[in-house]
Amino acid sequence: MLDKAFIIPFLPLAAFIAIVFFTNRREKLSAGLAIGAVAVAWVMSIVCLIEMLGYHGEGAFQLEQAFDIVTFQNFRLELGVLLDPLTALMLIVVTTVSLMVHIYSLGYMHGDIRFSRFFAYLALFTFAMLGLVLANNFFLIFIFWELVGLTSYLLIGFWYEKKSAADAGKKAFITTKIGDLGFTVGILMMGMFLGTFNYIEVFDKIAAGQLSGGVLTTMAILIFCGAVGKSAQVPLHVWLPDAMEGPTPVSALIHAATMVAAGVFLVARSMTIFMASPDGAMVVAVIGMVTSIFAASIALVQNDIKRILAYSTLSQLGYMIMALGLGGYTAGMFHLMTHAFFKALLFLGAGSVIHAVHTNDIQEMGGLSRKMKITTVTFIIASLSISGIFPLSGFWSKDEIIATASHQPIFLIVSLLVAFMTAFYMFRLCFLTFSGTPRNQHAYDHAHESPRSMTWPLMFLAVLSVVAGWVGIPWLSHGFSSFVYHGEPHHVKPEIILMVASTVVALLGIGLAYLMYYRGAISPQAMGARFKPLYTLLYHKYYVDEFYDAVIIKPVFAATRFLWKFDAKVIDGFVNLNASSTLRLADIKNWFDIHIVDGIVNGLGLITGAASSALRLIQTGRLAHYLLAVLFGLIMMGLLSSSNLLNWILWQIGLQ
Amino acid sequence: MEAFTFYLFSFLIIISALAVVTMRNIFHCALFLILCLFSVAGIFVMLHAEFLAAVQVLIYVGAVSILIIFAIMLTSRLAGRDAPVVNEQFFLGGFMSLVLLFSLVYTLKETIFRVVAEPPAPQSTLRIGQMLMTDYVLPFELVSVLLLAVLIGAIVLARREGN
Amino acid sequence: MLLMHYLTLAAILFCIGFFGVVTRRNAVAILMSVELMFNAVNINLVAFNRFTAPDALVGQVFSIFVIVVAAAEVTVGLAIVILIYRNWRSIDADRVNLLKW
Repeated sequence: MLDKAFIIPFLPLAAFIAIVFFTNRREKLSAGLAIGAVAVAWVMSIVCLIEMLGYHGEGAFQLEQAFDIVTFQNFRLELGVLLDPLTALMLIVVTTVSLMVHIYSLGYMHGDIRFSRFFAYLALFTFAMLGLVLANNFFLIFIFWELVGLTSYLLIGFWYEKKSAADAGKKAFITTKIGDLGFTVGILMMGMFLGTFNYIEVFDKIAAGQLSGGVLTTMAILIFCGAVGKSAQVPLHVWLPDAMEGPTPVSALIHAATMVAAGVFLVARSMTIFMASPDGAMVVAVIGMVTSIFAASIALVQNDIKRILAYSTLSQLGYMIMALGLGGYTAGMFHLMTHAFFKALLFLGAGSVIHAVHTNDIQEMGGLSRKMKITTVTFIIASLSISGIFPLSGFWSKDEIIATASHQPIFLIVSLLVAFMTAFYMFRLCFLTFSGTPRNQHAYDHAHESPRSMTWPLMFLAVLSVVAGWVGIPWLSHGFSSFVYHGEPHHVKPEIILMVASTVVALLGIGLAYLMYYRGAISPQAMGARFKPLYTLLYHKYYVDEFYDAVIIKPVFAATRFLWKFDAKVIDGFVNLNASSTLRLADIKNWFDIHIVDGIVNGLGLITGAASSALRLIQTGRLAHYLLAVLFGLIMMGLLSSSNLLNWILWQIGLQ
Repeated sequence: MEAFTFYLFSFLIIISALAVVTMRNIFHCALFLILCLFSVAGIFVMLHAEFLAAVQVLIYVGAVSILIIFAIMLTSRLAGRDAPVVNEQFFLGGFMSLVLLFSLVYTLKETIFRVVAEPPAPQSTLRIGQMLMTDYVLPFELVSVLLLAVLIGAIVLARREGN
Repeated sequence: MLLMHYLTLAAILFCIGFFGVVTRRNAVAILMSVELMFNAVNINLVAFNRFTAPDALVGQVFSIFVIVVAAAEVTVGLAIVILIYRNWRSIDADRVNLLKW
């Protein structure tokens, strides 16, 4: 099966093509095709993973299948797949979440006028994501990278009648494009300095020290730029919260579990490059850290259920990035996997809630646990998992990250702080949504549990959220760390102190949320009033959007307006001046034509006429005259051609 | 003897030619033309062009002159005895003719001709006949066609309308 | 006699003919003058033939052609003269100024 893994991406692509060209009108069939394709891909991924787990060879498993599409003298562009544990892991994550989201969408998108198209987009996204994961070189990953960005744009703006959705789509596309620009340059540098895009060749060359110093660091940071854009790290994070304008399954699939993880995946994939460049790795770690604390703090005070989750995603992605930057390859990927499951679950749960009450505002909810049991239970499981409560999956992965960060005090403090914040805002969300009294009676009355197509994925993901982390329990001898690793497999030693610390911190956060939003012991309003400046700052998301608006967008618009004015006034002026002067010139030419040129022509005609009238008098019509004239001419010619004769005549008449 | 003959013929030619161009009576002109043409035939004989002399007499004296006399007789009714024979270019024409003559004579005087002292070709008539039927058969035929055309043309031109 | 003499004779005859063409008013007389000029040409041709290439006889052949063409010319010429006379009741060449536009 492993050597047929390249088929996996083509299944969703086939579904996409079939839906677009054939079954667009038949919604059930379209959805069935997409789900079937992804299900087969999922099964194949699992088989691949199992086969790979059965591999007991020297080092990590690696299988590359490729063929050249373009060959220059000694430069090749390949189309191919690289299968290794990282790929296998990502395949599982992507296909699992994708399959759940596909099924979930059956219920969530029911009745939408573009139902088939939605599944086509989902299938296309799945294809792009799988291709991105399987690619064996940087050129290919870039292609899928952009394709993923495109489908993200299409799906964010899926309800394009809504202006905010259309704007969010554009914002996402443009913002990630900024990062992609860096990525492009990084790849081009790679082609220039290393002469290849192939992962294995690139990593071999870098491991051999073929690149070093500034060039390597620059390249690493440029490649990281792509990850910053896709994974919505500071300072390019602004698009992700807005991307929540898209349908919730999309948010779950693309903007929580898979596409935003692509940035993390890219960093993990390029681990060799970052390990060879300590400065680059440090940039990665710092960006990740800043993002995690930054986003977590914003999430504390938001009221939109999806935005809270979005900032939570940012924060968790920052966690992973930080871990990778600190060399915690296994930790980062482990968290990526667990996070994919529980964050997808959170989003799908949120979608279920939104589906029920038709609002995103958690202040409008409350008491929903009585109406939506499955949703409530699964959502709380996911919240516990993300908060890092033993023995849920989030506990194990988060613990590994904290363990990775434990060597540097700042990172340790920040990661614990983020863990605390995460627990707090997640349970603030849970309590506000599911417990207490309904704050909007009307919405509450109409709320109901979602259909089975939506609840089953919730339950399935809830199971995964619990158990997925168990593969990485530190006491296991052949756990996650001996499968997905970079360089030498290293077994994280179980650090009881850190585990206890992180659990305590998480419980503190939950406790605080319990006090504030369940018991009402501490009034949130009072807290908000007491820390008003901080609250306002957080509520407005550190004014980053406003800052970008003032520093980038406004000046750009101003410059645009200026250019437009310049265009309208100066360039158009030139053009108009040119046109009017052409007209003037044409007038002059016209006058000249009529009076001078025609004058000359007419004058010539008149002169000819007049001269003819004079000359025609010579034409007597009498033969004799003509003959005489002919003879005269003849004699003259003879005279001129014979200078002897002329001389003789002149001599005769005494002139010479 | 030869010189005498030449000068005699030359004298006859010049005198009769002058008469042709100056005589008032157009019929007398025609008669002098005949004399002139006869004299030219004599010159041809002197140049050992016997066949040509015969042609000259046959065609010019026998045909052309007769034709001219016919024309004169057809048109002489109004030829006007009292009308001046010559036009107003008499002196101008005379002067120009003299200049032409002067030029020609001068040119002849100045030009050196490649004269060869060979006896005249024997049997010239026979050979002219052979040449006309061999080397010059194409001009010969063309001239025949020309004559045919002229025959038709003259008939068409001179034919009275309506008949 | 030398070539020179014959050529001079031809030149004189030619000039007389030309004089006649230019000065005579009677169309028939003009045609007769043209005949004189033809004869001058023929004398030239035959004289050149006799004195420069007596064996070739080309000059004489050409003279024959000249004579034939002259006969043709005078035939058409006289036909035209008769036509003009019939239309104008005159054969005064000076009055026939059709060449004037």
